[in-house]
Amino acid sequence: MTLVAEEVRIDVPVSGAPRRGVVSRAVGRLGNGFVQVLLAVVAVFWLVPVFGLLIASLRDEAANTSSGWWTVFTKPAELTLDNYAELVANQAVWQSFLNTFYIAVPATALVVVMASLASYALSWIDFPGRETLTVVVVGLLVMPIQVALIPVAKLFGAFGLFGTITGVVLFHVAFGLPFAIFLLRNFFTGIPRDLIEAARMDGATEWVIFKRVVLPVAKPAIASLTIFQFLWVWNDLLVALVFADQDSAPITVALRAQLRQFGTNIDMLSTGAFLSMIVPLAVFLLFQKYFVQGVLAGSTK
Amino acid sequence: MRLRTNVDAAPGRSPRQAIPFLLPALVVLAALVLYPLVYSLIRSFFDARGDEFVGLSNYVDTFTDPRTLTAFRNNVIWVVVAPAAVTGLGLIFAVLTERIRWATAFRLVLFMPMAISLFASGIIFRLVYEEDPNQGIVNAAAVGVHDVFSPASQYPGARPREGYAATEAGFTAARPSRAGEVITLPLIGFSPQDVPAQALPASVPSAGDGELRGVVWLDVSVGGKAGSVDPTERGLPGVAVEAVREGKVVARTTTGDDGRFTFPDLARGEVVVRLPSSNFTLPFRGLTWLGPSLITPVIISSWIWIMTGFAITFIAAGLSAIPRDALEAARVDGATEWQVFRRVTIPLLSPVLLVVFVTLVINVLKIFELVFVIAPGSVQEEANVLALQMWQVSFGTGGDQGAGSALAVILFLLVAPAMLFNIRRFRRERS
Repeated sequence: MTLVAEEVRIDVPVSGAPRRGVVSRAVGRLGNGFVQVLLAVVAVFWLVPVFGLLIASLRDEAANTSSGWWTVFTKPAELTLDNYAELVANQAVWQSFLNTFYIAVPATALVVVMASLASYALSWIDFPGRETLTVVVVGLLVMPIQVALIPVAKLFGAFGLFGTITGVVLFHVAFGLPFAIFLLRNFFTGIPRDLIEAARMDGATEWVIFKRVVLPVAKPAIASLTIFQFLWVWNDLLVALVFADQDSAPITVALRAQLRQFGTNIDMLSTGAFLSMIVPLAVFLLFQKYFVQGVLAGSTK
Repeated sequence: MRLRTNVDAAPGRSPRQAIPFLLPALVVLAALVLYPLVYSLIRSFFDARGDEFVGLSNYVDTFTDPRTLTAFRNNVIWVVVAPAAVTGLGLIFAVLTERIRWATAFRLVLFMPMAISLFASGIIFRLVYEEDPNQGIVNAAAVGVHDVFSPASQYPGARPREGYAATEAGFTAARPSRAGEVITLPLIGFSPQDVPAQALPASVPSAGDGELRGVVWLDVSVGGKAGSVDPTERGLPGVAVEAVREGKVVARTTTGDDGRFTFPDLARGEVVVRLPSSNFTLPFRGLTWLGPSLITPVIISSWIWIMTGFAITFIAAGLSAIPRDALEAARVDGATEWQVFRRVTIPLLSPVLLVVFVTLVINVLKIFELVFVIAPGSVQEEANVLALQMWQVSFGTGGDQGAGSALAVILFLLVAPAMLFNIRRFRRERS
């Protein structure tokens, strides 16, 4: 949503220094010590589930079926990387891990390119129906993908794309575009008009203005979009569940089969889940600011 | 954006030049989003195979199918509970983090779940709520707390071989005893490996005058004689034994390491020996979190874990955008901090809170992965939501794409108000 994208750009609280705001004094009577303890407990509550998964992934099947991961504090010798070695050696799982890249990278690149182009036209080229088109894009922001599953499955079947990586990529591109166009258009329209006009005076074509003027200025917005879209596709289950076959399945779909016997598969499931989380967590920690901006702006998807 | 200028005043030179820029995105959107929307709408009026026009019957079936009704009910629970809870938590934490030095770290921790897939989050919480207290930490904690207040029994599941009636209070002897007798009390139904280490070989005590004596031991029938103390059999230490007269406990004792017990000062007359049930109660194993009755609250809790960081960050951005002057003015007028918060901050923040809330409602309506992963197959029917039901009907076990299309259209209609909300906000901001 517009407001969303703008507010986020004005202030990025996650990366900013904490501010002793005036509002904060409203709860002054609670006492600072109490607040500190409360928030520390909350933070621990948020970390424990992930920590548990990590430890479970470092314990073998026997350990995981007979005792909880928290017993590791008394028996740290149990920890092993065997699960990871086993999972990576498994041809099907490793292939699905690679497939996740093969799906996420093109689906991200195509969305960024197509959305940049379309956003430029929606921002800086006058054509009839521009307003309507922009409103349609805003409307499509919250479109549930369920609406397209059956028809697109038929369509892909007719073109031989059902069950292929190309098909999964195309679907992600289609449902990534509305938000991508919306985010970039918001940014592009904020570029000072003088910049564009000056280039036009110099006789630059639209293509040159797009490439030389708009794209360089829009790097932060494109970075947010890239990270958001990449993680969105990386983390998908539903689209791949419908459109991918066994050979093109990403890691989420590949792991899904293990869910049936959860209790005895904790070693493999936790390892697989953690393997699939490594990339998002790395992206999150490295590009925190852009990621937070992207998620806040794209939360309506 | 701060730099935003009036776009319409800066037209490009020729409409035709827009075509190459727009074409790729438009083709994809038209083919894979707009056309499917129309197709789904039409398809929802045809039967499972798509041959026959059936009018509204897919919709009628949808609203009479118990599975779909469960999904509806759950979606209502989700919408009523989850977004409000997350918005509330987000507001509280956003205000509180203004008071601490490590606000950045705190928000980072709570935002982290947004980065990982719902599938992975689902596995994380499936593990958290796993029923076996040796696997799921919630039940491990529940058992720990429970056992502090009512300690676990020593011999869960064990029972006398014969001659004792199982009652509420415990195993009660069928025949009365009196002082001077010796009672042999063989127990079965317990694994020899679980007998405490301090247990000694069992032996039958000799009769004592004025005393009721006896032995409780684990009667292993393999390699021994049932009902009699064999040399290899061990006594069971720590078993509570009661002597009951006319419904009242008159004496209580505990077996020693060799399984022997003694009632020293029984008055004359008959008593009935009873082994209280506290010896044998099966251990508390926690709650069936992933069972039919608790599954939806459990999945909602995992969603709260995922989305709270988003709400905090969003609301904190709104908080920092509140003009300081408004707050100071209220303070100068003598308002208390609580009044400032209630009367100034909240109203100024309400547009942001509304956006957060609407965003969360949309997210909740589309919830799929969490239910799919956290609910075990056997309770997926109870945990069902519309998005999951749509997948199951069309691609899972159902294979009925007519009914699936109807569900997709219903989902679309539920999201449509949010669509209009977005468009109206967008229009308002442009004017």
